Amino acid sequence: MIVGEQKPFDEIWAMVKEHKQITVFGCNTCVSVCHQGGNKEAEILASLLRMMASQEELDIVIEDSGIERQCEHLFFEKVNEKLQRSESVLSLACGIGVQFIAAKYPNLPVYPALNTTFLGDVQADGLFTEKCQACGDCLLGVTGGICPVSRCCKRILNGPCGGSTNGKCEISADIDCAWQLVVDRLEALGKLDEYEKIIPIKDWSKDRAGGPRSFKLEGF
Amino acid sequence: MEIRTASKLEKILKNGHMAVSSECGPPRSSDAKGIIEKAHLIKDHVDCINVTDNQTSVTRLCSLAACIHLKHEGLEPVLQMVVRDRNRIALQSDILGAASFGINNMLCLSGDHQSFGDHPSAQNVFDLDSIQLIQTSRYMRDEGKFLGGGDIEKPPNMFIGAAANPFADPFKIRVPRLAKKIAAGAEFIQTQCVYNLEKFEKWMEAVVERGLHEKVFIMPGITPMRSVAMAKYMAKSVPGMDVPKDVIARLSGVAKDKQADEGITIAVEAIERLKQIKGVAGFHIMAIEWEEKVPEIVERSGLYPRPIVD
Repeated sequence: MIVGEQKPFDEIWAMVKEHKQITVFGCNTCVSVCHQGGNKEAEILASLLRMMASQEELDIVIEDSGIERQCEHLFFEKVNEKLQRSESVLSLACGIGVQFIAAKYPNLPVYPALNTTFLGDVQADGLFTEKCQACGDCLLGVTGGICPVSRCCKRILNGPCGGSTNGKCEISADIDCAWQLVVDRLEALGKLDEYEKIIPIKDWSKDRAGGPRSFKLEGF
Repeated sequence: MEIRTASKLEKILKNGHMAVSSECGPPRSSDAKGIIEKAHLIKDHVDCINVTDNQTSVTRLCSLAACIHLKHEGLEPVLQMVVRDRNRIALQSDILGAASFGINNMLCLSGDHQSFGDHPSAQNVFDLDSIQLIQTSRYMRDEGKFLGGGDIEKPPNMFIGAAANPFADPFKIRVPRLAKKIAAGAEFIQTQCVYNLEKFEKWMEAVVERGLHEKVFIMPGITPMRSVAMAKYMAKSVPGMDVPKDVIARLSGVAKDKQADEGITIAVEAIERLKQIKGVAGFHIMAIEWEEKVPEIVERSGLYPRPIVD
């Protein structure tokens, strides 16, 4: 899923305070799992903004709202009217939801309340970790199910580098060395011999480098 | 053994001599005087001089330009290239540029992560990894082609090296990793600084067992300690560095003003012991900002005078 983190409150406030009305708008799927952007968080953020507005004696109408997903037209039906009469929207979705609103409502200013941080999992309660960079050409089949593109700080396809120490990355003792994990997995699977196969030079044109990506289902 | 390039290092190694390389870091300046002076301090005692490529991710005068300066001084540079800062277009372009100046050696490296350097907010590239850079440079040289498939009118003709760190983890793939670099096309290997001689010997035993020493020239890295503080720093803070406690204890056991001398002696003793190991083809002496000590180390280790090859 997509993981996001709320921006510092001061940064959010600076973006929106010029408006007379703000709809604080939650997205209740991915970013609600990490308790940063769901409808509940929209409600809390709206009250914080109301308090700030009152402290600064600014007359701003701050309402909260939300839908299941800000990245799909279908879910906007019930809030369409509300958004159309809003003066601005503070979206708690990932960057996709923010842009979806910008495209859907060409005259409506929309601001991001979150920094979209990564594609990750829920490792433990309250712990989210990056696992994928959507490189467009998945290598997990040859790396024992561990992704060096997203989990090695140098995205080395034939690792580990010389900085791997006690299973940790050279940049931080809090980061697992992805290639230690790959080697351990290959060994557990009885496939350590495969370590010596050189992973070929990658086609990054399927990644961000190739420009914005899309795909179309035929027959829809 | 067939000599494939104009590299002096290749000739020395293939003629069966123990090679000696060293290393100089370019200055953080547009004035190359510093590295030229450093190179002159060591030139009569080494066969070639590695020029580091923005080591520890600190921005410096570029390795290629520094190599050209050394070449103009009549010296034999080894162009270090990291894959951190350049994509395959830039790397191949720099290889051609280096070859056009008669730079005959290159060393393919990943590069330290940018978070260690002076621009931690920089983007990193890593379009290729170090093994793929070895493949690329061999492909350009041997097939006369760019990665994109186009022909190179006059291919670069360089002797290709790689690094190995026998002390990084996991230890069990350290020999397979060397095998991978050889399979990619590495012709010489310069290792991480060797202080843990037993562990290095264990690694070399496994290297020899697989016959890898017959496929690549292995040059252990030697860095003299200037002080006990340096030894402690390297033990604690340099990733992938193995400094055993007895090295620290030995330096601690002498007066502060004698620690540098003791560091040199430790380095000389290490060379003498490593020379005996089957498969060791030479030494890469990295005296960090202490280049003036390289001649002494080389002389005391019995590696002087350097052989003359044409």
